[in-house]
Amino acid sequence: MAQTKQRVSLRAVLLSIGILLANIVVNGLIFMFFRDSTINPLLTAVLAVLWGVLGVYLIYYTLTWAVEQYPDYIRKRVLPYVFIGPAVIILGWLLVLPALRTLYLSFFDASSEKFVGLSNYAAIFTDHLMATALRNNLLWVFVGTLACVTFGLLIAILADRSSYEKLAKSIIFMPMAISFVAAGVIWKFIYYYQPGDSQIGLFNAIVTYFGGEPQAWTSMIQPWNNFFLIIILIWMQTGFAMVIFSAAIKGVPEDIMEAARVDGAKEVSIFFKIMIPYISATILTVTTTIIVFTLKIFDVVMVMTGGQYDTEVVATQFYRQFFMYRNFGYGSTLAIVLLIAVLPVIIINLRQFRKQGGF
Amino acid sequence: MVGKKKKKGSKTVVNIVLGIICVIWLLPTLGLFVSSFRPAADILQTGWWKVFPHQEWKAGDTIQLSKDVDLRGPIEVNGKTYTDDQLKAGVKADDSRLIWENRRARTVNSQEQGWKVKPDLTLDNYNNVLTGKEYKLKEADGSETIQKGTGLSQAFWNTLTIAVPATVIPVLIASFAAYAFAWLRFPGRKTLFVIIIAMLVIPIQVALIPVLKDYTALGLNGSYLGIWLAHTAFGLPLVTYFMYNFISQLPKDLFESAFMDGASHFTIFSKLILPLSVPALASIGIFQFLWVWNDYLVSLIFIGNQPSVQVMSMKIADLVGSRGNDWHLLTSAAFISMLMPLAIFFLLQKYFVRGLMGGSIKG
Repeated sequence: MAQTKQRVSLRAVLLSIGILLANIVVNGLIFMFFRDSTINPLLTAVLAVLWGVLGVYLIYYTLTWAVEQYPDYIRKRVLPYVFIGPAVIILGWLLVLPALRTLYLSFFDASSEKFVGLSNYAAIFTDHLMATALRNNLLWVFVGTLACVTFGLLIAILADRSSYEKLAKSIIFMPMAISFVAAGVIWKFIYYYQPGDSQIGLFNAIVTYFGGEPQAWTSMIQPWNNFFLIIILIWMQTGFAMVIFSAAIKGVPEDIMEAARVDGAKEVSIFFKIMIPYISATILTVTTTIIVFTLKIFDVVMVMTGGQYDTEVVATQFYRQFFMYRNFGYGSTLAIVLLIAVLPVIIINLRQFRKQGGF
Repeated sequence: MVGKKKKKGSKTVVNIVLGIICVIWLLPTLGLFVSSFRPAADILQTGWWKVFPHQEWKAGDTIQLSKDVDLRGPIEVNGKTYTDDQLKAGVKADDSRLIWENRRARTVNSQEQGWKVKPDLTLDNYNNVLTGKEYKLKEADGSETIQKGTGLSQAFWNTLTIAVPATVIPVLIASFAAYAFAWLRFPGRKTLFVIIIAMLVIPIQVALIPVLKDYTALGLNGSYLGIWLAHTAFGLPLVTYFMYNFISQLPKDLFESAFMDGASHFTIFSKLILPLSVPALASIGIFQFLWVWNDYLVSLIFIGNQPSVQVMSMKIADLVGSRGNDWHLLTSAAFISMLMPLAIFFLLQKYFVRGLMGGSIKG
């Protein structure tokens, strides 16, 4: 390698510009085709998968080929950006910039025309509907997370000691797979109420069997109806907590627990003094995950009550303000409130990343 | 010896307690599943648990009372007297139950208890919910009404059309990016990756308003392309992070020897890394696929009420709102939407769990 700096050939420059332009034009045409296409959806899907695999692959292929026409020192610098380019462009356009724009919009009025400073934020804490949404969301986060983590841990320990661990774990975990909308239908049926003696909803049938009065669980008895919605979250998310805890429990060394047993320690104190400290990191991870998830809860409330009967949460209120009332000011502010709520988790994640060596 | 015996006893207790919990967890889904096969009128009359063998009052002998019995006063049947209200609701007499058969004709039926074993099950609900055709429905009182189906099959294909590309595209793009973050050195690498980690838990609500504005300007609203791109963007941080964790753990020698042979990064990635990453790709692919399949919010915002593109979750949510008492449609529709997730769950459980655990790191 005598020459330290090769000259960039004109051919390479022209080629790479041509390839870049060709990519933009071809994919632009594909973009317009998919946007305006009215052909059979199934055919669209097949074409889209082809484009998603081959087309996207071809973008990378042609661009890296173009970069390879350049001498080494340029190639090394440009190639990484070809690899991360598409991801960065999509993330920037559809996630990072919108987040900043939402922050900006949250300081403006309903139609995004007049600057109103912080008054949207003030309104959120004073407006009755929004304050209810905040209260309910706290209820969801607190009760839901506590119940999921507790039940998850309990069932993980029970399953670990039972003789049909795999089956039990499958059953508890299964609701994780289905959508919140389907789960909403399932539970709406369970809570179903009709006046009279014969109840087709399981819940009311049990209540009347024991001589109680049937109730419309999700609409009456506010604010307790929120708890009946939270039960759905518990039903769905406990399986998640259980699977993670189950893996962690298996990592607790058996000899430590055996030694404690020999010393006469009770199972309960082994649980609190050995097992809990040993899996505390896992408990923290599971808790934050479920908290983040619960903060954004939307589908369940939307399907079960539509936010009526004082069951509104922040995400449903966001949808209402943004989509129904077209109040972009309140809508953006609610989104930013959600963002502020997860900010600690973002910071924890970044710290964790740095601790693990970062790069 | 004593200790061992005690342990065995406690194991039985554990098995029983866990069994009860499992039954509680299973009941909601079971109720939906059973109900979806019951005739529409049955669902509204009796609880779904009645399809299992149970005792029931069955019509027996008819007792004809004299025509001029005063319904307001005590009514004498077989030597005992009852009130009109009692006979309306049914009243116990010895082993049988007395109930009006035809109040006007003054006939009382003496019902007897017997086992009902054979449940009435039907596939009609599935037919009606899948097609958009009109069908006749027999009500409990014998009258017939005409109802329109829901055309869920169209929504099923729409969901598939959205979910497959919305899984493939982000997984491919994210894998390329993850490779660069893991094995290439370039200015801005750290900053960009920190942004990706920060985006892991970001609520997508912060992006919806501006993105919808852009989409309206570009004419992407209600199009497949728009929703693919949205799902791609919202899934990318997690998929990139997941793939980074996997690809960066691959042994370094692998790359060095490939480089010695003069392979380019592109060749290394497509010939070496992708095949090696199949388990990770499957895990995160399943996670992303189910996320899109089960999604409601993103479709609701970007598809709106364009029926030709509507996905199943929207359709079902609409049904809940507009036909909340048509349980024969709701239960079968919900079960159809659950078919795909449940199939994946039972067939690919290993990858499914791994993908979910990977998703949990984002907490």
